[in-house]
Amino acid sequence: MAYKIVESQCTGCSACELECPNTAIYEKNGLFAINPKKCTECIGFFEQPQCVSACPIDDTCIIDESYPRYAAKELTS
Amino acid sequence: MADLALLSTTLASRSKPLAGIKIEVSGQPAKQGGCGTSSAGGKASCGSAAGQGDLDPEIWEKVKNHPCYSEEAHHHYARMHVAVAPACNIQCNYCNRKYDCSNESRPGVVSERLTPEQAARKVVAVASEIPQMTVLGIAGPGDPLANPDKTFKTFELIASQAPDIKLCLSTNGLALPDYVKQIKDFNVDHVTITINMVDPAVGERIYPWVFYKHKRYRGRDAAKILTERQMEGLEALTANKILCKVNSVMIPGINDEHMIEVNRAVKSRGAFLHNIMPLISEPEHGTYFGLNGQPGPTAQQLKALQDRCEGEMNMMRHCRQCRADAVGLLGEDRSAEFTTEKIEQMSVVYDFESRRQYQQGVEDQRQAKVAAKQAEMDTLAGELSDIKLLIAVATKGGGKVNEHFGHAHEFQVYEVSTAGAKFVGHRRVDLYCQGGFGEEAALETVIRAINDCHAVFVAKIGACPKDELKAAGIEPVDRYAHEFIEKSAISYFREYLAKVKSGDLVHTDRGDAAIRQGAFVAA
Repeated sequence: MAYKIVESQCTGCSACELECPNTAIYEKNGLFAINPKKCTECIGFFEQPQCVSACPIDDTCIIDESYPRYAAKELTS
Repeated sequence: MADLALLSTTLASRSKPLAGIKIEVSGQPAKQGGCGTSSAGGKASCGSAAGQGDLDPEIWEKVKNHPCYSEEAHHHYARMHVAVAPACNIQCNYCNRKYDCSNESRPGVVSERLTPEQAARKVVAVASEIPQMTVLGIAGPGDPLANPDKTFKTFELIASQAPDIKLCLSTNGLALPDYVKQIKDFNVDHVTITINMVDPAVGERIYPWVFYKHKRYRGRDAAKILTERQMEGLEALTANKILCKVNSVMIPGINDEHMIEVNRAVKSRGAFLHNIMPLISEPEHGTYFGLNGQPGPTAQQLKALQDRCEGEMNMMRHCRQCRADAVGLLGEDRSAEFTTEKIEQMSVVYDFESRRQYQQGVEDQRQAKVAAKQAEMDTLAGELSDIKLLIAVATKGGGKVNEHFGHAHEFQVYEVSTAGAKFVGHRRVDLYCQGGFGEEAALETVIRAINDCHAVFVAKIGACPKDELKAAGIEPVDRYAHEFIEKSAISYFREYLAKVKSGDLVHTDRGDAAIRQGAFVAA
């Protein structure tokens, strides 16, 4: 429940959407957004969050502070 | 917008009125005929720059009307790209994924992205309007193989609706080994791989990262993975008899000397053609190289490198580094005529028979051109001279001197010597004539772009630019208006040699020329 896409930075290239293991990423007016309810930060799937690693623009897929860290939740449970 | 005027006996009208929404398919795909009559010596008379001569007939059949694989074909046949593949799996220092401008002609730049269905509709519409459009490529704006579902879906739709169109794709190669089988199954028989290095120590200066098997790799590790995957992919293509062209971006001080090694590596793995292109690095494009002052090569630096590699394999010199949504002959871009909105309004009839007839007309024209060149070459027989001249030509296609100086968006450059006339490159320029008035600043950029040429062939030219060109040491020549380029170049050369011999003229070498980057695609 933790990543978000900075809309002003997104190029709409869809690289993140293709990689997301949770189908948490969806298209919105030619750009992409993350459904925080579905995002797991890729924990349990991959070593690196896929949207962050695939995105061509630095600092575009970032932690959404308004949601509790998925990792923390996982690790403490 | 540049007009084609390709053939006087146009069999299909190019500019039909646009109305209604209708797609029909009539007739059946006609088998592409061979080149027809052959000249003496068994060489096909419609050969590429080098002629069919040394080419396997099977390969010749694949390239003879592919503008990106045959220099000779690019004067006559058109291609189009459909922008269905936006995602990429690597980052290159010469690419800025945020940049998107409708006036720029560079790879990676598009005006609109298409779904596979929209793309197929566009291809059918363009093929109906431009009967010499023979090739459909997917070249991004990202990497086609980083968007495999969209890419192959597009190929599937086009193969069913327009089966006479050749399919090709252009990739960075990272994902290539995983898709060679699919490429073969979809009858994609031309693949271009961009290979800028075969040494990770060079690669780390070109690629900041790659995304591979769910991980981002940086630095030398990234370049090592990329080069290994590229070589593996190239070998697999060759093993599957899929024709492969290698594109390389020449980055002075980074991979220019290394390019000899790249050339050797790709040739030994069966690449058919090597296309060394100049780096485009204007700061306003916002690329890493552009922002850090990395210069591109000059025209003569590029030519010298291409000449050095030529002994090793076929070199492509007619690449226009086009957009991922380009439409038309290389060097022109008619994509603005085929926006999704306009295509919705078009009445499209896909008529195989009229396409076939039109293309037969093109073949007749090609043969006439080669015959004219051959006849003119005979008049040079026995001449001995070391003189080589570069000649700039204003043309709008068909292999003829048929463009007004002031209307030229680019000049094609031919090298002529006792060995004959050879296409060696092209130079983009700013349009000199705008609304009937010559622009002084534009004339300077034209002179800079063709400064290494002894003459410029035009269909027509005004008195003022004529004088300025003469002052700059470039002879403006309009006496070959509407004649074939190569025949004219050889004829000019013969007269030039005669003047040098008689002492009327002292031959001097010309200087270097500038490569105009990211030129506007439309007036």
